[in-house]
Amino acid sequence: MNIHEYQAKSVLKKFKVPVSEGVLVEQGGDTAALAVQAAEKLKKEVNPSVFVVKAQIHAGGRGKAGGVKVCKTMDDVKSAALAIMGKVLVTPQTGEHGKKVHKLWIEAGCDIKKEYYLGVVLDRSLSEVSMMVSTEGGMEIEEVAHKSPEKIFKVAINPGTGFQPFHGRKLALALGLPAESMKDAVNFFKGVYECFIQKDCSQVEINPMVLTPDNKLLALDAKLNFDDNALFRHPDLVEMRDILEENPQDVEASKYDLAYIALDGNIGCLVNGAGLAMATLDIIKLHGGTPANFLDVGGGATKEKVSQAFKIILKDPKVKAILVNIFGGIMKCDVIAEGVIAAAKELQLKVPLVVRLEGTNVDLGKKILSESGLKITPADDLEDAAKKIVAAAK
Amino acid sequence: MSIWVNKSTKLIVQGITGSQGLFHAKGCDEYGVKYSGSRVVGGVTPGKGGQTVENFPVFNTVEEAMRKTGANASMIFVPPPFAADSICEAADAGIPLIICITEGIPVADMIATKRFVKERGSRLIGPNCPGIITPDECKIGIMPGHIHLAGKIGVVSRSGTLTYEAVHQLTRLGIGQSTCVGIGGDPINGTNFIDVLEAFNNDPNTNGVIMIGEIGGTAEEEAAEYIKKHMKKPVVGFIGGASAPPGKRMGHAGAIISGGKGTAEEKFQALEAAGVKISRSPATLGVTMQQALKG
Repeated sequence: MNIHEYQAKSVLKKFKVPVSEGVLVEQGGDTAALAVQAAEKLKKEVNPSVFVVKAQIHAGGRGKAGGVKVCKTMDDVKSAALAIMGKVLVTPQTGEHGKKVHKLWIEAGCDIKKEYYLGVVLDRSLSEVSMMVSTEGGMEIEEVAHKSPEKIFKVAINPGTGFQPFHGRKLALALGLPAESMKDAVNFFKGVYECFIQKDCSQVEINPMVLTPDNKLLALDAKLNFDDNALFRHPDLVEMRDILEENPQDVEASKYDLAYIALDGNIGCLVNGAGLAMATLDIIKLHGGTPANFLDVGGGATKEKVSQAFKIILKDPKVKAILVNIFGGIMKCDVIAEGVIAAAKELQLKVPLVVRLEGTNVDLGKKILSESGLKITPADDLEDAAKKIVAAAK
Repeated sequence: MSIWVNKSTKLIVQGITGSQGLFHAKGCDEYGVKYSGSRVVGGVTPGKGGQTVENFPVFNTVEEAMRKTGANASMIFVPPPFAADSICEAADAGIPLIICITEGIPVADMIATKRFVKERGSRLIGPNCPGIITPDECKIGIMPGHIHLAGKIGVVSRSGTLTYEAVHQLTRLGIGQSTCVGIGGDPINGTNFIDVLEAFNNDPNTNGVIMIGEIGGTAEEEAAEYIKKHMKKPVVGFIGGASAPPGKRMGHAGAIISGGKGTAEEKFQALEAAGVKISRSPATLGVTMQQALKG
């Protein structure tokens, strides 16, 4: 799960990580007045030299897309807020359709001496949490890793000891931070690490982390991602979920415990098992077709689940044909066949349907499909299924 | 011969009183009965010790179950919030082989659990995996037993249904399997490709290995290094997710391309460079192995 920058900063603040002060403005009210009110409040409390109006969307690259504006006067704040609120931002991370801005974060700006990058991720090979820093603050870390990997410095944290001050000193020295900032830096890194662990993060990015002219460190931006599997122990985080930021089909699918991802093609796919679902997309591509989605109905799919899956696939107007590929281990093929028929009838399916069934009760399943009177093309194996569906979608 | 499980494996099921646990306890036991092989000797559900379900004795702790049944393997069907606890309990009791089927365990739990299991000297397979099977001897997990054929090809995979696909292709060609291991789709797993490849390499009754990887992480690249240096037997490889968009989690918690790393292409190339026979299509795993055995 992702949250907004302003929420991430509120979480980090609890771990004593210094963040810029700000005020949230939500869509629906008088945006201009609320923005000015927010800036006035900040002026009274922290009296910053500048204000920053920031679009709150779940995607990076906002600055270049016009979603972040530095403002000197109240008039600037007003016009920036009006310009950004409701705007659709297209960044490399939003996809071509972009994301609409529903929330603004009006922040106290600060003077910047130097910008850095700080990231915390799971190192899968070591099975340890790894902290990485780079002097190339503000840049995409992927780009730094590609162009100048020597500028990224990593420290893996043993879960037995947890974060120790020496980890922090190593990171601070790698960044060349001034000696007088060392203690602050160690506390900063410790706070971010503790946040990662205690809140079950899957990723933390502070980009940029900045050094101010008086040698203080501050998280200027913050991105927190959480491990979905651990959300059951974090009701406070679950409350931060913003459904508006998620793909509506994904949200619908997650209600029925289906793993669905929308793609660009025209072949709808309904498969059991994540690995087989991925492989099904791959083989469609190998045969010259393009999948419209990834959909895993899971190991224990029922008739109802299959039916829901069909509904979700058919909501995508690009879908020209549907491939059902089920390797029934525990799932019985006859149950799947009944689910397919029920859904096809209920939804008055008009697109061609290719069904490949394998596993327990396969003969019964095939018999049910062929006797249904519906136009269903049976496939004998994975290869056959791929050929038939690609032909059907053309 | 086979790796890790055989006719003498004695299995307990943690979470045996749950519907999934009981269903699969029966499935594994029936497989053992059919081939006069490995049996399920009991189960564990804290608080329900002393009862029996479907003739399986239930114990309160793994330690007690082990002491009274002589169990040497445990299969875990405990819900995700409590699964790490169950794995640790099994390792602490000294169960040498722990198979965790549960999907959805928090990563943070697995970071600690993996170390604990290693310290106690147990082997953990999974989590989020279909299990392990030695055809005609021992089935531990949720895979359909009937698609397997006893023989000499090892199968190792991060995915469940894709393993069945590979096994099915082999069986249709009359090529049997020594042992099939699902190592699971999570970012942190107890047993990795290298552990399984090493075991197959040392197993006199395994003549070749099908290895099925997927996008995300670098486990396949690390396995490629091992294969290049040590593998004496032919390996056939496939990577799922060549068509997956970056940044999206493809069903499995571990299947995500992040920062341009973990792509299928990189993995295919690493395997190819290590001498693995690549099957670009998931439909040609069996035939590729057939050819590899000939040549």
